[in-house]
Amino acid sequence: MPKYLIEVEDMTVAYEKKPVLWDIDLKIPKGVLMAIVGPNGAGKSTLIKAMLDLVKPISGKVLFNGADYHSQRRYIGYVPQRESVDWDFPTSVFDVVLMGTYGQIGWIKRPGRKEKEKALDAIKKVGMEEFIDRQISQLSGGQQQRVFLARALVQDADIYFMDEPLQGVDARTEKAIIRILQKLRTNGKTVVVVHHDLQTVQEYFDWVTLLNTKIIKYGRVEEVFNEDNLKITYGKIV
Amino acid sequence: MNPQLEIIITAVIVSSACALLGVFLVLRKMAMMTDAIAHTILLGIVLVFFITESLTSPFLIIGAAAMGVLTVYLTELLQRTKLMAEDSSIGLVFPLLFSIAIILITRYAGNVHLDVDAVLLGELAFVPFDRFIVLGRDLGARAIYIMGAILLLDLFFVTLFYKELKLVTFDRALASILGFSPLLIHYALMGLVSITAVGAFEAVGSILVIAFMIGPPISAYLLTDKLSNMLFFSLLIGIINTLIGYQISVYFDVSIAGSIATMIGITFLFIFIFAPQRGMVTMIYTRRIQQLDYAVKSLLFHLYNHEGTAQEKEESKRDSLHEHLHWEDRFLEKILKKVIREQYVVVKQGYLKLTPGGREYLIKD
Repeated sequence: MPKYLIEVEDMTVAYEKKPVLWDIDLKIPKGVLMAIVGPNGAGKSTLIKAMLDLVKPISGKVLFNGADYHSQRRYIGYVPQRESVDWDFPTSVFDVVLMGTYGQIGWIKRPGRKEKEKALDAIKKVGMEEFIDRQISQLSGGQQQRVFLARALVQDADIYFMDEPLQGVDARTEKAIIRILQKLRTNGKTVVVVHHDLQTVQEYFDWVTLLNTKIIKYGRVEEVFNEDNLKITYGKIV
Repeated sequence: MNPQLEIIITAVIVSSACALLGVFLVLRKMAMMTDAIAHTILLGIVLVFFITESLTSPFLIIGAAAMGVLTVYLTELLQRTKLMAEDSSIGLVFPLLFSIAIILITRYAGNVHLDVDAVLLGELAFVPFDRFIVLGRDLGARAIYIMGAILLLDLFFVTLFYKELKLVTFDRALASILGFSPLLIHYALMGLVSITAVGAFEAVGSILVIAFMIGPPISAYLLTDKLSNMLFFSLLIGIINTLIGYQISVYFDVSIAGSIATMIGITFLFIFIFAPQRGMVTMIYTRRIQQLDYAVKSLLFHLYNHEGTAQEKEESKRDSLHEHLHWEDRFLEKILKKVIREQYVVVKQGYLKLTPGGREYLIKD
């Protein structure tokens, strides 16, 4: 049993010529709720995508549970950025959440009763049951985020990656989402979240990674989330 | 089988095959790519023809499908350089491959049945001339069998991989994370589009192939919120347009493909204007309703904000209201009538007063 659940070693990612992530080394233990923060263009989303093999790194590797991503895929859940999909797609809340079960079903087979119950369950957990048949373009931003969250819950993963799940969400929904994330952690899951709002890092998270194309610092919030490190991450402005 | 019926059956089969795949092309915003593929497959056909010297070889379909996939690949390669957008790269690849095909035909194959008009417009009327003959027995028009097989292949693919197609089309990243290779599905779909286009183009021409692949799906898109319904409506619209278009062409004695393509265009226009939820009429109507509602609310808010303040009298005076809200008199009259009718506001001695009902309406959302 490796000491850390997720290990990123010497990972560099470049779009075209300019590297967006330099030599990332990151070790995340099991059962933490970790924020990735940093200024715009720091490569927060890219870091997640590279860890999930959605973007090919130039160098380095990522280990989950000491093994490579493909063998551990089953245990990994993902909430993409809300803008990454076409919300005018002809489909309902229920259908989108059901997509989270596809990985467990595998090729060709269709979702059955068990999967549908799971989806329903997750929809209830995020409080969207009254919108279950609603076409997804008719949802507010916060509702769309909750649908994505429900879809990730259905994946029944051990490790969750979420790309700005609080973006475009009102205060009440934000609290509701955070409660769900904290509950995941309580149940022993590991949750990695790209986060924008520095004000709430201490309240919501127990681990944090400060990123600005390089890892500035990572670790427990109370140890690394301080003014000095934020200054290095954001320049002099903060 | 009588020739008319053979023509109709061929056209219906072609429209179904195209309308089925077209749904995914439209949802993936790849309409332009269809246009490109429907043309560049000609180069595949020409090249295979030079090798096999036959126009009936099954290799023609394989060659054409390969060229279709190559078109997609080259376009994406150009796009990945980030030097140009997708439409520009299609605009580069498609004319290049297509014109090479045209040059080859005019230079080396001038005396075979491979002329440019036939490629672009096809000729449904000729379908009954090309027979499918097995052991001396005439089994009907060959196009019915070829396109029938292709339609079955398309149906098989879409039914079998419905879940995968849906996932990859909606959320590529999630598909990849769940282990469904988006690239594999992408190229399988593009391969099938090419096969369908090559099977169809001889009968109906590439223009109608494009019309079939884009028109019915985009019309269906405006009619429903469900992918399965969209597939169904797309097939239905394609078939109905084909049947009506054919009748029109017979009646006016004009090109069959032309009539069908025109019908598809007219149908789209009709649905675009009158679709129950996404049509223009509905959109304009809901926008007007919304505008009135906003106006009502802003009036109520205006009264609400000044309630109990020193300026209340001045701000709620019936005759000076248009100055505060910057509304034209006629518009103000209309809104006033509405709020009074709904009993959100009462007018007392020339001053407007919010009712409890009006306050509730305002706070409600």
